[in-house]
Amino acid sequence: MEARASRLLTDLRPGDSAIIAEIIGDDSLSIRLMEMGLLEGESVSLIGYAPLGDPIEFEIRGYRISLRAAEAQRVCLEAIS
Amino acid sequence: MSANSDSKTSNPDSSSSETVKPTRKTVALIGNPNTGKSTLFNALSGMKARTGNYPGVTVEKKVGKVVWNHREIDLVDLPGTYSLSPRSPDELVSVDVLLGRQEGVSAVDAVVCIVDASNLERNLYLVSQSLDLGLPTVVVLNMMDVARSNGISVDAEELAKRLELPVITTEAHRRKNVEVVKQAIADSVDRPLRTPESLFPDEFYAEAGQLRESLRTHKDIDIPQFLAQRLLIDRGGQIEQELTDSSAAGQQIKSDLEAARERLAAANCRVPAIEARVRYGWAREILDGVVTHPAERPASKSDALDRYLTHRVFGLFVFAALMMLVFQTIYTWAGPLMDQIETGQGFVAGIVEGVLPPGPLRSLLVDGIIAGVGGVLIFLPQICLLFLFIATLEDCGYMSRAAFLMDRFMAKLGLSGKSFVPLMSSFACAVPGVMATRVIESRRDRFVTILVAPLMSCSARLPVYLLLIKAFIPEQTLALGLGLQGTVLFLMYAIGALVAIPVAWGLKKLFFPGETPHFVMELPSYKVPSVRVIFDRVFDRGKAFVVRAGTLIFATTIVIWALGYYPGDHSKQYELQRSIVATETILESNPDNAELLEVTLEDLENEYHTVSSRLIAGSALGQMGHAIEPIVKPLGWDWRIGVGAIASFPAREVIISTLGTIYSLGGDVDEESEGLMGALRTSKWPDGTNVYNIPVALSIMVFFALCAQCAATLMVIKRETNSWRWPIFSFVYMTVLAYIGALITYQVGSLWL
Repeated sequence: MEARASRLLTDLRPGDSAIIAEIIGDDSLSIRLMEMGLLEGESVSLIGYAPLGDPIEFEIRGYRISLRAAEAQRVCLEAIS
Repeated sequence: MSANSDSKTSNPDSSSSETVKPTRKTVALIGNPNTGKSTLFNALSGMKARTGNYPGVTVEKKVGKVVWNHREIDLVDLPGTYSLSPRSPDELVSVDVLLGRQEGVSAVDAVVCIVDASNLERNLYLVSQSLDLGLPTVVVLNMMDVARSNGISVDAEELAKRLELPVITTEAHRRKNVEVVKQAIADSVDRPLRTPESLFPDEFYAEAGQLRESLRTHKDIDIPQFLAQRLLIDRGGQIEQELTDSSAAGQQIKSDLEAARERLAAANCRVPAIEARVRYGWAREILDGVVTHPAERPASKSDALDRYLTHRVFGLFVFAALMMLVFQTIYTWAGPLMDQIETGQGFVAGIVEGVLPPGPLRSLLVDGIIAGVGGVLIFLPQICLLFLFIATLEDCGYMSRAAFLMDRFMAKLGLSGKSFVPLMSSFACAVPGVMATRVIESRRDRFVTILVAPLMSCSARLPVYLLLIKAFIPEQTLALGLGLQGTVLFLMYAIGALVAIPVAWGLKKLFFPGETPHFVMELPSYKVPSVRVIFDRVFDRGKAFVVRAGTLIFATTIVIWALGYYPGDHSKQYELQRSIVATETILESNPDNAELLEVTLEDLENEYHTVSSRLIAGSALGQMGHAIEPIVKPLGWDWRIGVGAIASFPAREVIISTLGTIYSLGGDVDEESEGLMGALRTSKWPDGTNVYNIPVALSIMVFFALCAQCAATLMVIKRETNSWRWPIFSFVYMTVLAYIGALITYQVGSLWL
């Protein structure tokens, strides 16, 4: 897999799926994200945006979750090979 | 299953085994939000739960006492949560209850984990955490119907075998299998403790053990193994904050903790990341072969619906229409119900007046107690209607979409999407609005929403606006065909909402500094709402209001009654009352002399009103009005308006009947009363100038738009924040704000008008 500028969850477009590479940080937000099942190796897809562009709806582990863009930026994705 | 019938048998031989066993057991219910936990709790406890607050926090304590298999059991419903890693005092309550460390709750004998069968993997995360407690555990697989309709099948027997725990499938909202759950709980309370499975690497358990040792040495406290593990994992969590204080011992623990975490990181067991990896790994292993998902995830109806309901145009349109409906309902449709409560109150008062002669007792009963009860019940229609909507929208899964749609807008005001519905509801009435803030997870957002909700212009302010606008604002047409009266009314509604923005900002800076709370929110699948769940919730909220806030509202009404009644010699007033009744009786039996009698009656009533007016002026309330005249004079007010403002502490609209009494018109006036408008227009200062003019009317309206003259709201704030600090703060800040607003309005207005 070639090295690329790391992509973030916010870089997905509606309908796109990707594999999570890493959750950045050790604070309560990153803990919450991991508790909700956003973990390295997990597949996540972007469902759509709220009317004002934020927050964003995602699907992970078979359920839907809403994250603000600032929160979704904590999630790094694996580069698509 | 029912023990009640058996325990009544009087056979003495069997009584030792048939009667209730002496030891009471405690069972805690935990589960993720949106798993139907409260529904199951209601089904198990039969709606007889007692609610209260845990000391010092805002978590609602719900305990249901049941008797199953001759065993008394206290069922404790813990707040829905995704994790047992406490990050705030509120979240620590659940952990403390489970560890038997919570004051007022006995040690837990068994845990019931409610999990959503359609979303098992994530739900098992919490199960995994709670299994570390070592308590006997029952797993309830709820929402089996939802799982089935999503094409997911769960092999519950295999799951039970792998977890080595009883697993029971239910559909709680249909009360399906509830008896089996009861049986399983009753069986579990006598089981011995389990030895938790070691999911983490050995190094982790060794470090947790050393931390316990270190706490024993340095702080002389012994914490359970579970807490030592949480302390190690939860970086910056509540347990760490409480144990690593600034004392030398606290600092020693802090450095031990940091060193332990570093060693773990070096051993490829970095906290906190290790926890999610270990537990989700475990969940996936357990579920492998237990849960079968359809090969191709079917395009569910829920997903299709979601596309429309979160659509940037259509979604907002539906949202606006729904909110309009909610608002209309509590604003308009509650009216007839509230009228009926008032009619009922009048009816009961009439009975008392027919039985008791005029006197202090009758006045206490009619103007104090009956008015107090009425003043509590009058809020029920609005509370019940609002929660009817909220419960419906919540149960069908829409509520989190509403928060999703409005989040950006509310974030601009410094709050989150979840504050929208409570604040909007507050335009009808702040009481249900404040009660609706319970869904807001972040303590900061919840408190700020509670504190600004009373600034939204509620329906009780409307009569005050209408009276003053009609009496003093000329019927002019401004540019674009806008009426001046309507514009003033609109401005009164807008002023509270506009003031709320800087107030919310200031409150956050002053009282809740720190990082922005995160807004990670599950968007549950849509489902058909359950009538039972909705009515349970409406009943629960209505009861909570009447029982826990009602008594305080009632007490306030009695105090204000007493202030308006004493001191004073009411004998003349009672004499006139008796004469009025006597004259009315004569009038009925003597229609021939009607004309003369009616004139007499009118004279008597006028005299009665004059006496009543004099009495209230001399009462403690009247004296307070006189005492504050120097303070309210800069607002353009005389002592009478001061009395009205004080008397309206229980509820804003009371100012109208108080002014009616003061102006010798009787307390039965309303905002349409020509007599009252006339009295206001001709009211004079001692020097003969008019008291009321446009700036004074505006200053009164601005004051009532911003003040906290509503005992019910303040008492609900007390209940929801579990502290007297916040209602007192609300009252003070809103009164100061109202005073300043009225002062500016009058002083600036007097320059031009």
